[in-house]
Amino acid sequence: MTIRIERPLSPHLQIYRWTLTMALSIVHRATGVALYFGTLLLVWWLIAVSSGPGAYAAVQSFTASWIGRLIAFGYTWALMHHMLSGVRHLVWDLGYGFKPAEREWLTRAALIGGILLTVLLWIVAYAIGGGR
Amino acid sequence: MQPLSGPKSMRTPLGRVRNLGASHTGTKDFWRQRVTAVAMILLIVPMVVVMMILLGRNQAGAAQILGSPPIAIIMLLFVVASIWHMKIGMQVIIEDYVHDEKTKLASIMANNFFSVTLALAAAYAIFKLSSGV
Repeated sequence: MTIRIERPLSPHLQIYRWTLTMALSIVHRATGVALYFGTLLLVWWLIAVSSGPGAYAAVQSFTASWIGRLIAFGYTWALMHHMLSGVRHLVWDLGYGFKPAEREWLTRAALIGGILLTVLLWIVAYAIGGGR
Repeated sequence: MQPLSGPKSMRTPLGRVRNLGASHTGTKDFWRQRVTAVAMILLIVPMVVVMMILLGRNQAGAAQILGSPPIAIIMLLFVVASIWHMKIGMQVIIEDYVHDEKTKLASIMANNFFSVTLALAAAYAIFKLSSGV
């Protein structure tokens, strides 16, 4: 039996003022969950390519639909954001970037960089894919 | 010296655990999460190039490209790294939010089944494309 010691509790999450790093911490986890289920699409696509023209046509009709495009766009952003946000975590793991200015800069860079990379990739994708 | 336990001590049970604790391990998943993360950072550029090459192709074209050795190997590496990474990540989330022990164990088991199934299904498809059957 452990003896319970009465200690002051730390305040709950909703007590704190929202900060960018706090919000992005939750976004990192949320994009991770989205990518977890998004991997189903990647595997569906791989199985379809290996199965034949019929199965592949089903994937293509999905990715060509507006909902399919939206999911693919969302997947791209989730991947790019999670990657840059993850690089930020690797920087922290190495012991750098903990000062307030550095911390804010890294977080802003991950947020803006993720959006920019996503838009850039889709511009290139439409430029290449549209020509085929 | 401070007492290690008892009502006078402010140390938590966790704080009293010595060395690596009862399991003698615990950082394996932490380390693998970083290894797979770095692997994916290295693989992201080749993966984007492969995706761009595949855009707008029909099934026969896509199958031929995905069956070529360098592309199949890139795909396999990415699938292994990403599914391993997401399996560890989801386990951390389950351990954070699922407090009921039985539900937690069942969820972790389901996470393992889901991840292994996806990884093997993807590997099967890649090998099938590479062997051209």
